[in-house]
Parts: sequence; C-alpha cells; structure tokens
Amino acid sequence: MKRMSRKHLATPYVFWIICFTILPLIYIAWYAVSDGDGGYTVENILAIFEPVHWKAFVLSIELALICTVVCLLLAYPVVLILRRLKIKKKGTIVAVLILPMWMNFILRVYAWQVLLSDNGIINSFLGMLGLPSINIINTPAAIVFGMVYDFLPFMILPIYNSLMEIPNDIIEAAKDLGADGFTIFRKIIWKLTLPGVISGITMVFVPAMTSFVFSDILGGGKIQLIGNVIEQEFTTSMNWQLGSGLSIALMTIILLIMALLQKSNQQTKGNNMIW
Amino acid sequence: MVKNVFGRIYIGLIMLFLYAPIVVLIVLSFNNSKSRAKWGGFTLKWYSELFDNSIVMDALWTTLTLAILSAVIATVLGLLGAIGIDAMKKRNYQIMLGATNIPMLNADIVTGIALMLFMVRFLPLGFSTMLIAHITFNIPYVIFSILPKLQQIDVSVYEAARDLGANSVKAFWKVIIPIIKPGITSGFLLAVTMSLDDFIITYFTRGAGVNTLSTVIYGEIRRGIKPEMYSLSTILFLMVLIVLVMSNRASKKQVK
Repeated sequence: MKRMSRKHLATPYVFWIICFTILPLIYIAWYAVSDGDGGYTVENILAIFEPVHWKAFVLSIELALICTVVCLLLAYPVVLILRRLKIKKKGTIVAVLILPMWMNFILRVYAWQVLLSDNGIINSFLGMLGLPSINIINTPAAIVFGMVYDFLPFMILPIYNSLMEIPNDIIEAAKDLGADGFTIFRKIIWKLTLPGVISGITMVFVPAMTSFVFSDILGGGKIQLIGNVIEQEFTTSMNWQLGSGLSIALMTIILLIMALLQKSNQQTKGNNMIW
Repeated sequence: MVKNVFGRIYIGLIMLFLYAPIVVLIVLSFNNSKSRAKWGGFTLKWYSELFDNSIVMDALWTTLTLAILSAVIATVLGLLGAIGIDAMKKRNYQIMLGATNIPMLNADIVTGIALMLFMVRFLPLGFSTMLIAHITFNIPYVIFSILPKLQQIDVSVYEAARDLGANSVKAFWKVIIPIIKPGITSGFLLAVTMSLDDFIITYFTRGAGVNTLSTVIYGEIRRGIKPEMYSLSTILFLMVLIVLVMSNRASKKQVK
C-alpha cells in the first residue's frame, strides 16, 4: 500500500486523541491554575503539600509501593513455575487471569470484606482449626490485600509474556557453558524479563496509588488516600479547582516516578507490548 | 519432581486467592438469608426476583450497550489508527505511540476528571459522555493488540496480491485483514472486558439517573448490596466461563 494514503487512515484517531485525550488534559490543567474568579494561582497545585493532603499522599505512595513489591514477589514464581511445568497454552493462562474481571470489580473487592471481616468466613474457618483469628479489616493492611488481589494479574501477564519469549537454546547454552541455576536466573532470565517487570510495575503502581475504591470498601471509609481526597473534592466539597490542582500534582509526581523507572532500564524502548 | 509438586501447590494457592471472592459471591447468590454473614439455606429466589428489579436490569442494559458500542467504535477507530500509525515515519510514529499511551499510563481518576471537566462544557453528562469516555480508554488496547500483528506482515504477500490483479481495497480485505484478525479479535475482547470492569472513569463521566452495574453496586455498599446483584454476576460469570471453555475445546479440535 502506498505510504501516503495509508497514513491518512489514522486521521479519525488523531482527531479523537486531540479531542478526548489532549484537550481534556489541557482543561484540567487550566482548572488547576485558575482561582475560580477569573484569576490564576498555583495554590491548588501546591495544596498537595498541605499536611492533610500530604499525609494522604504519603500513605498512598507507601501502600502502592508495598502492593507493587508483594505483587512482584508473588507473580515472579508463578511465571517461573508455568515455564517449568511447560504449560504452553498461552490462551488458557491469559483467560484464567482475565476471567475474574467478568465478575464486577467492586463486587469482588466487597467479597473480600465478607471474607476478611472480624467474624467473617476466614476467621470462622481459622477458629474451627483452633488458630488465632486475623483482624485486618478496616486497616491499611486490608487495603493492600485488596489491591494485591485485584492487580496481581497485571503483574503476572507482562512477565509471563517476556519470559516465554526467551528461547530455550539460550538457557541450554548457558548450562553447557557451566552456569548454575542462580547465574542463569541473574544473568539471563532476570535481564530478559526486565521489560515485562517494568510494565508490570507500571500497571500495578499507578492504579494502586490513585484508586479510592479499596480504601472505601476495605479501609472502612476512615483511611484517606489521595484518591479519596480528590474524589471528595468533586463529589462532596465541590471544589473543582482544588480537585484539579491535586490531580495535576498527583499526575506530575507519578510521571516523574515512571520516567525514573524507564530510565533505569533503557531496554524497554520500542517495546509496544500491551501487557 | 518435588520441585514440580511445590510448584503446583503454589499455583493452586494463587488460583485460590484469585477465585475465592468469586466463589463467595456465587455462594451468596443462593443464600436464603439477607445477611451476608450467615447461611440461611439454599434458595433460588434472588434469581427470580432479579428480573423484576428494574434498577438492576436498567444498569445491566446500560453496561452491556456501553461495553459493546464502545468496543465496536474503538475497534474501528483503532484498526484504522493502527494501520495509519504503522505507515508513519519514525518521528510521527513515536508521537502517536506516546499519545496512545496516555490513557493507559495516566491514573483513571485523572482521565475521568479531565474528560468530565471538558465534556460538561458542551454535552450534558449522561450516556453519551460515558460512551465517549469508554471509547477513549478502549482505543489504546485495540491499537496495541493490532500494531504488533501489522509489523509482522511481510509486504511481499500484499504485493503478490496486487501483482495478481487485486486492487488495493481487495488486497487489503483478502490479505491484510486475515493476517491481523487475531489482533482485532483480542483487541475487541479486551475493550469489552475493560469497559465492563471500569468503575472510576464511569463514575466521573456519568450523569444523574444513568447507572452501570459498577456505579449501582458502589452506591449500595454502605446500605448493603442487594442479593439480586450476586445472582446477576453469577449468571454473567458462568456465561463467559461456558463460552471460554467451548472456544477452548473448539480450538483444541482444530489443532488435532
């Protein structure tokens, strides 16, 4: 096909991006710097440093970091085992990981409330076995638990994809040259799965950092994350300028973190993998 | 061998973790007691009452129309977009990829609020704004599913079709589309799934009186979720499970 005519097929999409991705971002930035009386101010963006917002923000970062690390620690062995068991039916594995999404996300998080509550299913079960009960509902631990549950597939899938692309020959060659299991892992497997790990971290960290649903359902509504603060500015306080300012601050900080992460691994450049 | 046993146990535990809440919801859908904490005997009444609950039924209808419509439109725009992007020179190509990444990398809460602030200027918040929002976050999934397939295409296959007398449109339909079809299908299915599972962006772009299942459920959490919701989710989940198992069987037969 001629390059010239083919390029134009993207025109409707370019139009869509400008209208519904770029312009809305300009709009929210404009809201963030306007003071509501026609003037301009940076107060709404800097409001993130006010103690009450900053506290929520720091807690969000902490919980999102813990969630990301736990997801990585849980997901990596899964992927290694899948390769060892020679389960090659990629479609099935992806389906098993995506299938839970067809049950409504909020209902699934709510089901954890049923499972984890002080006189819930898990504790009755532990009680029957004579084990001590776990009381984590309405604590930050429960919030992290829910996040790990919901985001784990997004860590497993990209790492799985990048691990499955490693040809067996490379590993065989390393073995023949006398590398032990740990060396193979450190020098080959870890390095070649790093792009998958990075995209997994991105897909877990950003939503974990910004969601307000887990804290609402599993945190008992008393623990404020930055997502809850922003949400309330739009639904209850009706201070759109402040809400936009906090959103822009949040977005900027996340972009900085992601840029640092990408910089730490230049290999991911040009990698268009979806997961 | 011992390692494999431990491996299987580990995978089993992860599966238990991922599917435990789903089992809970299915069990609750047959629970005669309205309390979610105790078992009051087996019943099918939530299934029969489901169809009389107009709030749930309206939300279901909105959710499904939204998912299908947004996925179809996103697939068409995304397919054309991917073909166009694939033909672009390096600089424009990078710019388009970067722009396509924005809705995927940006926090849902920021995407939702930004879309709401922008659209509320010229559209009343309601089904149309939700549809636009869903199309926006669905397109990247379509593009990133199709683009890798396009890059695998050997240009000579297309040229051969042209040499054999096919015009460009015919060669496109008969040669290119069949090659990238798996990418189109998976992009479409991902878009449907993402749309069904979305809450945050829908929450900010919806208007009063229009609800998806997610927003209805979110609103009910404080007062307690109506058991009809459990039965509806069970039906939806089992339907998808059956379709998946059947398509898996079909593809196995094809391999044989």
